[in-house]
Amino acid sequence: MSTIETRGLTAHYGDFQALFGLDVTLRSGETTAIIGANGAGKSTFMKAITGLIKTAPDMIHIDGAPAGGRDAHTIISQGIAMVPEGRRLFPSLSVEENLLIGTHAKRSGPWSLDRVYDVFPVLKERRRLSGTSLSGGQQQMVAIGRALLSNPTTLLCDEISLGLAPVVIEELYRTIAELRSEGLSIVIVEQDVARAVRVADQVYCFMEGRVSLSGAAQDIALEDIRNAYFGI
Amino acid sequence: MDWIATLLQGLLLGGVYALFAIGLSLVFGVMRLVNIAHGDMIVLAGFVSFAVVEVLGLGPILSLAIVLPLFFAFGYVLQLAVLNRTLGDDLLPPMIVTFGLAIVIQNGLLQSFAADSRKLSLGEVETASIALGTDIAVGVYPLIIFATAIVTILALQALFYGTKIGREFRATSDDPEAARLMGINTKRVFAVATGVALVVIGIAGVLMAIRTTFDPLSGPVRLLFAFEAVIIGGLGNIWGTLLGGVTLGLAQAIGGAIDPQFQVMAGHLVFLAILIVRPRGFFPKVAH
Repeated sequence: MSTIETRGLTAHYGDFQALFGLDVTLRSGETTAIIGANGAGKSTFMKAITGLIKTAPDMIHIDGAPAGGRDAHTIISQGIAMVPEGRRLFPSLSVEENLLIGTHAKRSGPWSLDRVYDVFPVLKERRRLSGTSLSGGQQQMVAIGRALLSNPTTLLCDEISLGLAPVVIEELYRTIAELRSEGLSIVIVEQDVARAVRVADQVYCFMEGRVSLSGAAQDIALEDIRNAYFGI
Repeated sequence: MDWIATLLQGLLLGGVYALFAIGLSLVFGVMRLVNIAHGDMIVLAGFVSFAVVEVLGLGPILSLAIVLPLFFAFGYVLQLAVLNRTLGDDLLPPMIVTFGLAIVIQNGLLQSFAADSRKLSLGEVETASIALGTDIAVGVYPLIIFATAIVTILALQALFYGTKIGREFRATSDDPEAARLMGINTKRVFAVATGVALVVIGIAGVLMAIRTTFDPLSGPVRLLFAFEAVIIGGLGNIWGTLLGGVTLGLAQAIGGAIDPQFQVMAGHLVFLAILIVRPRGFFPKVAH
């Protein structure tokens, strides 16, 4: 189990500053929803956590130890996995190869290829096809399965419902709920505020690179979220 | 019968160009890195083999046992220490750095070996031929080079599609950032890919050094033919590179049959014609 903490997290794209001193705690075993409008800094936050954007060492702590500025592969090997926005499957790899890439983090744990196929049986039927030839929902299953095969303790999900049919979104969120019940820490970045708050233990609302609202999901009224979301 | 012999000659010449080009194609296919020093690295392999033969008294083929591990290590360290720092959205920095590397290699070789032309000898195999009927004969050594090109491509295909590191090559080539998110150390993957490419360059260099004379400044010509083969076949596609090499070889052989002075020009003209009709080559791997 890992607790991830950011302290005064800032991030830049060249001269453009995207995050302004974020203090966020992603508690072990909990589901955290990060919501906000386009450009609020949600995806940048995820990139900073996973080492895709370089930060100062003490801006990110994993289980109390400084983890900022490390390479992504080092962060991932510490048990953080990401389902990236847009799924980002590898076009030249088959479904099964895409899944197996998840094992390259070399972590042991409960997840195996067979177990992923048990959770998403349709992927077993299509394992020899190119990952990008599947429907959007099936591609999302591959992206989730790929992340799980690294046997993470924290799963970061960036806009997993984007562009998918409601029935598929329901199925994916059922899976997320099952993963949570197994003790996995989950971070959900979502534009669908109501859905995100429904599954979350705690909520952070971002606006223009800052935290505009945070708290336990059960204590926050949707009205407050709406105000924080739009900066009213 | 003359034309059949010409076509056979062109086909086998294509094997030479393909062998020159495979390493270039591999590096571009995995890293989008255009290695301007490619031709000079081929020549460097020839000289290293030459030095091994001179100092240790080994045959050129046996010298591969020293040249290839040495070149793998050279490629690995070069990528890790230098080329990884140049990679990004812009193709220019690695081109400039490898251009500089080409100058360093050329001048280093001039300092070490002088400007004299050299050649390695394989004895009778170089002149041996196999008769196909009464009028046509095929050289044994060109056949060996062509077979080496095919075996090299098959080996690379097995590496890319049958191993874990091959899966990492393809994933990293598709989307380096997503590969990092999967826990892949892309810098190490690139270093291994360059190491493998340098092994192929080592093979090409030693076989070239047996086939023809070479000197410290003969790298750019090899680079030009390799470039043409890679671009005709489609950037980053290794089987396409073989086709590109054969196309170039056939064009030169046919051009040479028409007029010996037209041989090299014919290859360049066919290259330009294909560039106009199919600017991305026959089988481009890169989508954008």
